[in-house]
Amino acid sequence: MTHTNHVMKVDIVDSEAQIFSGEAEFLVAPASEGEIGVYPHHIALISKLKSGVLRLQLPNEQFQLVFAISGGFMEVKANHVTILADILQRTEALDEAKVIEQKNIAKSRLRNTEHNDKRELAKAHAALEIAIAQLKAVEYIKKHRV
Amino acid sequence: MSAAKEIRSKIKSVQNTQKITRAMQMVSTSKMRKTQERMRQARPYAENIRRVIAHLASVNAYAKKATPFLRNPNTRKNVGVILITSDKGLCGGLNSNAIKLFYENIKNFNAEDVVVEVCALGQKGYNAANRINANIAGFAVGLGDTPKMENILAPVAILLNKFHRGELDAIHIVYSSFVNTMKQQPIIEQLLPLNENAFKQEHKLPWDYEYEPSAVEVLDQLIRRYVESVVYQCLADNMASEQAARMIAMKAATDNAGEAIKSLKLVYNKSRQAAITKELAEIVAGSAAV
Repeated sequence: MTHTNHVMKVDIVDSEAQIFSGEAEFLVAPASEGEIGVYPHHIALISKLKSGVLRLQLPNEQFQLVFAISGGFMEVKANHVTILADILQRTEALDEAKVIEQKNIAKSRLRNTEHNDKRELAKAHAALEIAIAQLKAVEYIKKHRV
Repeated sequence: MSAAKEIRSKIKSVQNTQKITRAMQMVSTSKMRKTQERMRQARPYAENIRRVIAHLASVNAYAKKATPFLRNPNTRKNVGVILITSDKGLCGGLNSNAIKLFYENIKNFNAEDVVVEVCALGQKGYNAANRINANIAGFAVGLGDTPKMENILAPVAILLNKFHRGELDAIHIVYSSFVNTMKQQPIIEQLLPLNENAFKQEHKLPWDYEYEPSAVEVLDQLIRRYVESVVYQCLADNMASEQAARMIAMKAATDNAGEAIKSLKLVYNKSRQAAITKELAEIVAGSAAV
């Protein structure tokens, strides 16, 4: 049993499913104005998230949970963090070569899309954002866990 | 014996049809379970967003006033309607019921001189909107069997942006709601302006959030995401309905084919008997003549 003083409740959901629900010692999220670290008993906060790496320190665990997030929101209140993600991916499933390839595909797609085709443009932008988030996550893992 | 042969080939063809409808029934049964699961999984996101919006709107009067998404115009001149249907048919009256409800509402809007803009999600609804020359602002077809957020974002964003700019006074959504396996109900709901009752906070809390970047921007984006997630849920709901309706329709078709085969076999056996009797009568008549 961990002391309730040193943990906070964390819920991570994206539009298609609940991804994580449990306790954490701290987390780091890519807020719109820079990375934010949240420890238990943080002040009430709502923040937009941009694409990047979301990390979670679980109690009594050596490793951190790392996700690639394409954007969304974070709400902190009463020792309870809720992450509303647009698209989220566990990093265990990521393969660096594949991610780089996806990023290049997304980039060329963005370049080749007509500028007045707003729908395609939005899609290409979204794909690029996800690829960048995944790449950041892969790089983070490479640096910190070998 | 040509009549018997004809009946035999007819039985064969009905049996083949029955094989297909039975296969479709089984496919729908297994897909239905998955779609229901997805429908359930999509709920936490919308619920969490609703909770955050409710709290934000209740503690921050300034943001509440400043975001165009929370305005509530008294008169309705321009209205957006999102119509969700399936891409494929063979699912009983599911789509025609939803489209009927859609037509009725369009007629009512037109009678009140309200201009309607349509956003069609699903091939059947897109065709239906084209048939009455509706003003189609956006559409998405070929959505497949799994609801995907990325497929609906762009067409929904078109209507959301129009509401944000004040070009639309309300947004409604028409879809087939999954009541249970036997029953699917076409429903029309209002997405925007938001239903205040769903966002009532039981008691006002004495604290406010820290915002990053700003309260108005956060609230704007939250409501946008909220509407998108509701549309997504409706789509997931509609897909569960589609599979259930198809399962029922295909079961009925399989049963009907069974009935048809039965009665055809009866006719076939009768004609076979008649042929045998005739042949016997001829032999008996022949021997009697000798």
